Amino acid sequence: MSVVFFTVAAILVISGGIGVVAARNIVYAALSLLIAMIGTAGIFLIGLAEFLALVQLLIYGGAVVIVILFSLMLTRIQDFEFLTTNKQWPIALIVAMCLLGLLAISVLVGDSTATTMGSTDISELGLSLFSDWAIPFELASLVLLIALIGAVVIVRRDNEEDK
Amino acid sequence: MNLPEIIGLFLKASLLLVFILIVVLILTLAERKALARIQQRKGPNRVGFKGILQPFADALKLLTKEDILPASANKRVFWVAPLAVFLPGFLIWVTIPLAKEVVLANLDMGLFYITAISVLSVMGLLMAGWGSANKWAMIGGLRAAGQLISYEIPFIMAILSIGILAQSFNLKEIVDDQARWPFAFKQPLGLFIFLTAGLAELGRTPFDIHHAESEVVGGPFVEYSGAHWSVFYLAEYMNTFTIAVLTALLFLGGWQSPALPFSGTIHTVASLSWFLIKTVLVIWVIFWIRGTYPRLRIDQLMSFGWKILVPASFINIFITASVLYYALPDWVITVVSLGVIGAIFYFIRRGSLSGHNQNTVKIIKTSDIRAQLSNRTEV
Repeated sequence: MSVVFFTVAAILVISGGIGVVAARNIVYAALSLLIAMIGTAGIFLIGLAEFLALVQLLIYGGAVVIVILFSLMLTRIQDFEFLTTNKQWPIALIVAMCLLGLLAISVLVGDSTATTMGSTDISELGLSLFSDWAIPFELASLVLLIALIGAVVIVRRDNEEDK
Repeated sequence: MNLPEIIGLFLKASLLLVFILIVVLILTLAERKALARIQQRKGPNRVGFKGILQPFADALKLLTKEDILPASANKRVFWVAPLAVFLPGFLIWVTIPLAKEVVLANLDMGLFYITAISVLSVMGLLMAGWGSANKWAMIGGLRAAGQLISYEIPFIMAILSIGILAQSFNLKEIVDDQARWPFAFKQPLGLFIFLTAGLAELGRTPFDIHHAESEVVGGPFVEYSGAHWSVFYLAEYMNTFTIAVLTALLFLGGWQSPALPFSGTIHTVASLSWFLIKTVLVIWVIFWIRGTYPRLRIDQLMSFGWKILVPASFINIFITASVLYYALPDWVITVVSLGVIGAIFYFIRRGSLSGHNQNTVKIIKTSDIRAQLSNRTEV
């Protein structure tokens, strides 16, 4: 059963990923990204990481892809319909190959059979997040706050120039 | 999981779908009757006895209508969009219990699952807006996305404070926790935020700016007709029912009732009817609001969401968490929450929301027009 589920999720991720890269229409690319994200959530679910799967849906599937689409649509659609020219593909290829190498090495070196599968309780997760990992957690939220303030500052400046 | 189990799950899911379809049929008639009563009309009264067969006539009409695909529309996105709106709303129902034992899958993270899945329906509205290749649909879709993302925050925060109070995300445990007092008493501010943000998530009046007929015609749905339009309609009523059921579960104590002298099957039926009564009450309030309030302007909607609901939801979480942490009596939350609700209404009445909007909306006075006309004659 989990093999079937994994195959479906993997097909979603791979086809979504190919769609993101190959689609000439940028809105199609964003929609493919959503499919890939849903597939990733499915893979988290197989790994019994229910919390991560739901967060994946909430943050990436919901918020991030919507914001990408939102910004695309607020700009003029006609200009963006066929914008992806793929001029930077050699650099992208190098980066992708490096990532693939890294993953391959980690799979070959790491001992995947030793890990035991077990789901974590959400309250356990919350406790460890706010006690053992409190500082990284707060740092992450600080980074997000900086991004938020940065966005507000950029928008504000534009408004003043208009006047 | 073997084959019979899968088939059983499939059967249960189809049963759920049928149940929801029936509820939606009843709701459409109930809403039209309720609105008619508020507006002193009779409402649908021709098909069947006092119009009770009206929903079936409507459904038949919609299904036999021609399904039009606009020439310049993006075919794939256009056809997938109704499903992308409907499916997340339906998937939520997997974990919603209707009685103590009547639930498809009692998830431990039920509440979190609901919030995570419901976010995805925004995508369908955006897809409908973009795929229609229509300016009104596009603007409507963007409005929907902006509104739904903004109101998601207070919505999730209100749910979180319930999770803090019940110490669980499991819907069953949350209801069990309300055996003595429904959370409405402990979380009046939470209830207020949840219902308001829930209405905005539904896109119902007074928050229906994304398909406001007088501004963007029909919003994302403008190009849809026939069966595909009815899927959007179905999703809207299903989500209305979902919000009402969730309110009953989270704030009104679900199937908990004042002590009933029954046991066994009668008890189950009695608790089910209690749950139904609570849900119908919430649905009636939603219809009532629709019948009595005008639509908000888009800037009012945004400033209400960000300046009032978001801070209020943070205050709510802060109060709930500190009362639990310092082991204060529960009525402290109630008192502070009622105070915050009072403050919200004070701010709304004082008009501090629309204070800065005088710059954005320029009111044309007759004297301005006269001045312009006289200028023109001078030139």
